[in-house]
Amino acid sequence: MESVRMKQKVTQVLIHCILIFFSFIMIVPFAWMILTALKTNQQAISVDPFYIFPAGTWHFENFSKVWASYNFLILYKNTILMIFWRVVCACLTATMAGYAFGRLKFPGKKFLFSLVLVQMMVPAQIFIIPQYLMVSKLGWLNTCAGLVFPGAVTAFGTYLLKTGYQGLPKDLEEAAGIDGCHIGQKFYKIMMPLTKSSMVSLGIFTAVFAFKDLMWPMIVCTNSQTTTLSAALAKMQGQYGSDYPTMMASAVLAVLPMLIIYIIFQKQFVEGIATSGGKL
Amino acid sequence: MAKKKMTAAEKNEAKWGWAFVTPTMLGLIILNFYPIFNTAWQSLCKTGDFGKGNIFVGFSNYSVALANSETWQALINTIKYAIIEVPFSVVISLVLAVFLNRKIAGRSVYRTIFFLPMVCAPAAVAMVWKWLYNQQFGLINNVFHSNVAWISDPKIAWIAIGIIGVWSIIGYNMVLFISGLQEIPGDYYEAAEIDGATGIKQFFNITIPLLSPTTFFIVQTRVIGALTVFDLMFMVMDKTNLALQKVQSIVYVFYQYAFTNGNKGYGATIVMILLVFIMIVTVILQACEKKFVFYN
Repeated sequence: MESVRMKQKVTQVLIHCILIFFSFIMIVPFAWMILTALKTNQQAISVDPFYIFPAGTWHFENFSKVWASYNFLILYKNTILMIFWRVVCACLTATMAGYAFGRLKFPGKKFLFSLVLVQMMVPAQIFIIPQYLMVSKLGWLNTCAGLVFPGAVTAFGTYLLKTGYQGLPKDLEEAAGIDGCHIGQKFYKIMMPLTKSSMVSLGIFTAVFAFKDLMWPMIVCTNSQTTTLSAALAKMQGQYGSDYPTMMASAVLAVLPMLIIYIIFQKQFVEGIATSGGKL
Repeated sequence: MAKKKMTAAEKNEAKWGWAFVTPTMLGLIILNFYPIFNTAWQSLCKTGDFGKGNIFVGFSNYSVALANSETWQALINTIKYAIIEVPFSVVISLVLAVFLNRKIAGRSVYRTIFFLPMVCAPAAVAMVWKWLYNQQFGLINNVFHSNVAWISDPKIAWIAIGIIGVWSIIGYNMVLFISGLQEIPGDYYEAAEIDGATGIKQFFNITIPLLSPTTFFIVQTRVIGALTVFDLMFMVMDKTNLALQKVQSIVYVFYQYAFTNGNKGYGATIVMILLVFIMIVTVILQACEKKFVFYN
């Protein structure tokens, strides 16, 4: 008995060691980013890397430098607006289509749904050139509408919400039908609120991937007044090349908002991405 | 098939159904289906000067692209990246998921940490890694007292990029594995416990086979994701980097031609080649699914 307990303890310690090792690897780049951002360039390249707290003075001027030369408030605003509209469009169109595919009978349903599935199998890069040409014809280059454009509808979200609606019990709708609700009311008052968790998952999923997108904002918003954080980082890298603290400061400014939101809502984030990612 | 006359209620339902799918279907047609055909068409055209006008040239873009060693090198680079990213990220995240699926102190803290890269823009992640990899002043060479040209030595750069890919995706795979693990009924493990099977035996005889649908799913999405990698190469590799030729992915080449050089026709050709390639890979993966995946 003693030896079994001993063995369990050893396993526990071993597991913790492995987990701590990997946690360390995950955290080092973040720590290094923040520490470098607080040094002067001289300190960053010459002083011993473990000269961690540079003589008690933290050099926040790197932040003010990038903050001033790239208007970060505008970058935040552009990014938030793009995320907001992509989430609204995705949730709205997907919940309606998901309900129709999951609960209603109509001719052509099978064929239309197969189109949804085909879209999910094709790599997104195929769409980019024509989408860019459309945006440029519409005069939407360097606008928020241009940023949102490819995310106006979502095949994946439709699929996700369809599974959500299919999982709901049948009798709910029948009871509502007896009460004299028409389909629109049934959808809006009874069914949609019940798929709230799928919608939240889709919203988080859409927001995270919109935030991470680099190629599309670089293509449609070449102007640093209209672009998003990701695309602006690519520009800053070109500009600040070897001024490492300044570059790290801009990286901190770019990832910090999302990191804070993640730390506050981590449960929703992880679950949202696990449930939607699991169905991709 | 003879058309049945629909009742009034069925007609009503059909009307609502169409109304509800219209926005999505219209969007998919404009944003996705028209572009597929448009890209295919453009790949047969030569883009005129200043990106203006398309001249039909048949398959000449394809013969140029397929004769160009750059295309093949980019395909090989992409495959090499996938060979690093997919197996390592899947194995590491599976191990981490199995550990975090046990009753263990600090579980949610670990999970939060592993998931961190998932909410960071890859552009920022790549910038930070580029600094870590810096040959003269980077943390890695400093700690190990080495002098490795991580991102400018063609023999090493592809591995260095692959490591960033693994680091970025571990948390995501892990979360998917954890939800897969939670679906395995506990009785299996209890029965194994009674039979005296140890943890490692349980892992290979219960966890691996019962988790195979999840594993397959993750492998499949990761393979496709890795084959369309772009951000890491774009952010880490400078245009002047000598190793670029040996690292750039096929999507990177597509971006360069279509948007930096404004040669949409040739860019469309590259992306059509990517589509064919991904289709072949998907077919192979589907064949593997039948062989290796265990469905209850």
